[in-house]
Amino acid sequence: MSTSDAPSANGEPMVRFEKVTKSYGALTVLDELDLDIAAGEKVAIIGPSGSGKTTVLRMLMTLETINDGVIWVEGEPLTHMQRNGGLVPADARHLRRIRGKIGMVFQHFNLFPHMTALKNCMEAPVMVLGMPKREAEKRASELLEMVGLGDKLGHYPSQLSGGQQQRVAIARACAMRPKIMLFDEVTSALDPELVGEVLSVIRKLGAEHDLTMLMVTHQMGFAKEFADRVCFFYAGKIAEQGPPEQIFGAPKNERTQQFLSAVLEAG
Amino acid sequence: MIWDWGYAWEIIPILAKASIVTIEATLLGFALAATFGLLLAILRMSQSNWVSVPTAGFVEFIRSTPLLIQIFFIFFVFPEFGVNLSAMTAGVLALGVHYGTYCSEVYRAGLANIPRGQWEASTALNLSLYHTFRDVIVPQAIPPVVPALGNYLVALFKETPLLSAIAVLELMQTAKILGSENFRYTEPITLVGIFFLIFSLITAAGIRQVEYWLHRREGF
Amino acid sequence: MAFTAGLVVASFATFRVFLPGLLEGALITIQITVGGCVLAVIMAFVAAIAKMYGPWPVRWLANSYIEIFRGTSALVQLFWLFFVLPHFGILLEPITVAIVALGLNVGAYGAEVVRGAIISVHRGQWEAATALNMTRMTALRRIIVPQAIVRMIPPWGNLFIELLKATSLVSLITISDLTFKAQQMNQTTFRTLEIFTIVLVFYLAIASVITVAMRALEERAARGVARGRA
Repeated sequence: MSTSDAPSANGEPMVRFEKVTKSYGALTVLDELDLDIAAGEKVAIIGPSGSGKTTVLRMLMTLETINDGVIWVEGEPLTHMQRNGGLVPADARHLRRIRGKIGMVFQHFNLFPHMTALKNCMEAPVMVLGMPKREAEKRASELLEMVGLGDKLGHYPSQLSGGQQQRVAIARACAMRPKIMLFDEVTSALDPELVGEVLSVIRKLGAEHDLTMLMVTHQMGFAKEFADRVCFFYAGKIAEQGPPEQIFGAPKNERTQQFLSAVLEAG
Repeated sequence: MIWDWGYAWEIIPILAKASIVTIEATLLGFALAATFGLLLAILRMSQSNWVSVPTAGFVEFIRSTPLLIQIFFIFFVFPEFGVNLSAMTAGVLALGVHYGTYCSEVYRAGLANIPRGQWEASTALNLSLYHTFRDVIVPQAIPPVVPALGNYLVALFKETPLLSAIAVLELMQTAKILGSENFRYTEPITLVGIFFLIFSLITAAGIRQVEYWLHRREGF
Repeated sequence: MAFTAGLVVASFATFRVFLPGLLEGALITIQITVGGCVLAVIMAFVAAIAKMYGPWPVRWLANSYIEIFRGTSALVQLFWLFFVLPHFGILLEPITVAIVALGLNVGAYGAEVVRGAIISVHRGQWEAATALNMTRMTALRRIIVPQAIVRMIPPWGNLFIELLKATSLVSLITISDLTFKAQQMNQTTFRTLEIFTIVLVFYLAIASVITVAMRALEERAARGVARGRA
């Protein structure tokens, strides 16, 4: 039941999953997934737990290996390299080169506890991109300003609320200027009253920058309003995908309907 | 030459005999340590400060000071009070007391992990303190700490060479004697090193096995 | 009563007579302790990182080092280095032999402490570092190890005290440390009780210094992580 009739922008899709399979021993988490994402597209991934949605993000971020298939980023293979007309598994250097185009924000923030907010956002540009410290500091403070934390530059993560920490995490990911941003249930670990501030930052990001965004979320309202396309995952496959009006308004698939009514009931 | 195989083969039987002394010292020392340690741990738990504080002080003092000095102390001081100990006895005593303090820390952790409810149930059933310890607390406290105790058994075993300082004829002393007699230290000391390595690898595996059996019995 | 009084007086007298010699010995003990501790920390980090992240021959080497030095006795290692190295043409000062032997010995135990602390750092930190495209070494150096260090300090404190106690072994290879001096004085005066009690107190004092220093270190290291002034 996996569909690959995803709308693609002009030319190559930004991200392409081609028959990607992932299993843990006997358990198949993703089953020959085909998914295309266009440049600048905002895709929301929803579905019950265990459906494989987080795994999609983690594989794209190279946090997990894939068992079969190929992931393409901007026309180049991520998980493999071109060699003599064929594909071989990617080596570390290749992975790092392509990985630089992708950034990720985690459910549990994963901020570096021994660094201030400013330092958190400076670390990767200095260490990985070789940016001079002053420039990195400028970029970091601008980004923290953008997420509304311009006055918290010298604070440590332990001194910030969950919502603030997550906003720092977003700024930190942006500092590397990725083309693709991944959001892995970024509001699930937050107290309800802090969810809004993070969502508005994401909204702002989407509006002001030409980022391709992939987010796994339970925030259906946000997905409806923000996403260009919604993918409903079930049992390792895309059960249904389409524009939010279709998925939320008139879902064709029975499972989609079941899931959505269960979610709405939980309220 | 670097290694004389003929010499090595010659001395192996002698070292093998000496290893029996080493093993004797280890087992006796550990038996003393395990029991003395339990006693110390129980004393430490006493409600009376007159008992628990000096016990704690004693444990800290012994744990933080070198075993070698304690060996000398026991060997040289006891005769001053009229008690003449053989080197082996003094050595075993020192090992037992020193490692008893380590074991007492292990027991303390094990006893502390017993849920308060067990103590309360024993009180409710009007069990005497002795019976509480013997039948309820200690049987539950011991299995989890066996691996840690096992580690100390191995550590004790590896410190038996210190007994050579008071001329106990265990492995190290024998190796030194062989070395000085034949002017070749390389073979005796290396062989002793290998003996120890093999013994501790076997013991480590043995401890893992004991751990496994204990867990199986408890149905973990 | 008189006996106790006499004992106390005698002890003081003993103390004053023996003090200079014992202080000399204590200085040697402290030297070897410090040297050994420094070597142990270096060896522990090298071995732990080699064991966790090195190519397989390096890993094998690190593992062998750890197993051999943990599996054999410190005294055996000391004697081996002292008696056997000269046969291979390596001639070292006894104190150097002592520092090397004890440093290697405690370093092997330390490797497990380092490894355990690094593993205990939350996996999310590795993932964040990967997401920011850091190399493994950069992540280790800048993110993981700084967080691991705080957790390492208490076990290292214990290991340093173990090393201090192990220095008494060097008296058996004729180094004039505290234990050697104690033995020496015992042979000449047979005031065993006083001498050895004083020496034990000396060791306890040095151990306490180590404990206090480690606690202060822990507090300083934790400060950056937990709190910090805005």
